Amino acid sequence: MAPPANRRPGHSRRAQYSSFFGYLAGVLGALIGAVLLILSIRNPGLFSGAQSAATEAAEPAGSASAVTRRAGRDIFSVLEGYVLAGSRYDKLNRELKQARSELAESKAIKAENRRLKKLLTIVEDDPEPVAVSRLTGSSAASSRRYATIGVGFRHGVRDGMPVRSILGIVGRVLQTGPGSARVLLVTDTQSLVPVRRAQDDVAAFAQGRGDGTLQVRLIDLGVNPLKKGDILVTSGAGGLYRTGIPVAVVTELTPDGAQARVLSDPAATDYAIVEPISIGPETEPASANEQQASGGATDSER
Amino acid sequence: MIMPPRIKARGGKVRSKINRAPSPVLAVGLPWLSIMIGSVLTTVLVIASAPIMPPLGFLMYLAWRQLRPGLLPVWAGLPLGMIDDLYSGQPFGSAVLLWSIATIVLDVFEVRVPWRQFITDWLVAAAITATYAIASLTLANLASGSTPVLTIVPQIIASILIYPLVCRLVAKIDQVRLIPIVEVD
Repeated sequence: MAPPANRRPGHSRRAQYSSFFGYLAGVLGALIGAVLLILSIRNPGLFSGAQSAATEAAEPAGSASAVTRRAGRDIFSVLEGYVLAGSRYDKLNRELKQARSELAESKAIKAENRRLKKLLTIVEDDPEPVAVSRLTGSSAASSRRYATIGVGFRHGVRDGMPVRSILGIVGRVLQTGPGSARVLLVTDTQSLVPVRRAQDDVAAFAQGRGDGTLQVRLIDLGVNPLKKGDILVTSGAGGLYRTGIPVAVVTELTPDGAQARVLSDPAATDYAIVEPISIGPETEPASANEQQASGGATDSER
Repeated sequence: MIMPPRIKARGGKVRSKINRAPSPVLAVGLPWLSIMIGSVLTTVLVIASAPIMPPLGFLMYLAWRQLRPGLLPVWAGLPLGMIDDLYSGQPFGSAVLLWSIATIVLDVFEVRVPWRQFITDWLVAAAITATYAIASLTLANLASGSTPVLTIVPQIIASILIYPLVCRLVAKIDQVRLIPIVEVD
């Protein structure tokens, strides 16, 4: 492929100047980029207004894409279904039988919990979701993990609100525009979620690793009590997330904790539920371990 | 217009082809528009929990620069990078900086190697894309983050493999860009 013959503009002074100034503008562009970068690193919120306006402008595309994304996934699952139907049916049947008995058991426990809580006069507030929306976009090419949702402060969404799906925690609202908001996903390296093991009180922090998994760091060092397949739920410490939202499942043990896979994979999330900011941990983690454990159990059964 | 009836009788096909020029709006605006659409498309196509999507905006930009050198001005990285920054999730300014640097690198290469094949172009684009991805990661980590480099390896491979396709697309858009549709008086 031949390039255009000669890009030197010839003897014309004017053409030479315009070519020179073009390059000057190019270098200037790089310099402006560097300045903007330093500004945004120093003050991360500086361009958030422009960013949320831009997100807002692309919102229709995001919504349309969310619908087709869903359809696309369905096609794959239909194809998969033909291949795996028989064995899956068998497996599901077996699991259903098991689940039925467990469900009956958990109903009984729930009822008992309610009664005991009434005795202890603990008021359990079940937070009404602020808004429900589809995930409309994500920073799929950047190493930072953000997603956008199709609701904003017009719908009551505020910065810092936790976002979850039916399967588990998704992230936390970072910036709100009028009709859309940017969510920091739990897999981002800057996201730190206080978690505990679902069945007992092994406390840990789950930090994102940027690649869809979490690094779980135990608070009590020593013998690593985690096992593969353990479910981690939010512990509510620090007050950002309420207790008992499922977070991740342990996939691999490391010396200081474990690696875990996020339960609510954003790619498979249809609807994101924005919850109100929890005011603080419902119970003191140190003083009332049993209460927290029972509270967590009812939450995860819901 | 001496024989209008005969021309009319041959139908609109002839009419629609002669005496037309490309629309200046399309000819100038389509490259810019397609790159911006690439930037937005990267964010809405998939909801990803890891960086797996090739940076379509940047790849479009490279493809336009390589297929039509000189069509976009040297400073085009400034406005286009700014648009990309608004959507990409990177710290604001990172694309402005990196796109501008990539432009200058590409121009230097073009002066040095005026005769080249698509393979050469692809290799250069691959090197620039890989550097771009690693530099973006470094800038994001500099701002606030600690993502390991291994995380973006799949993205780099995907970007390199998809580049010929992006070039094809840009070539198609380039054809559309120059369709003569505006009547010349």
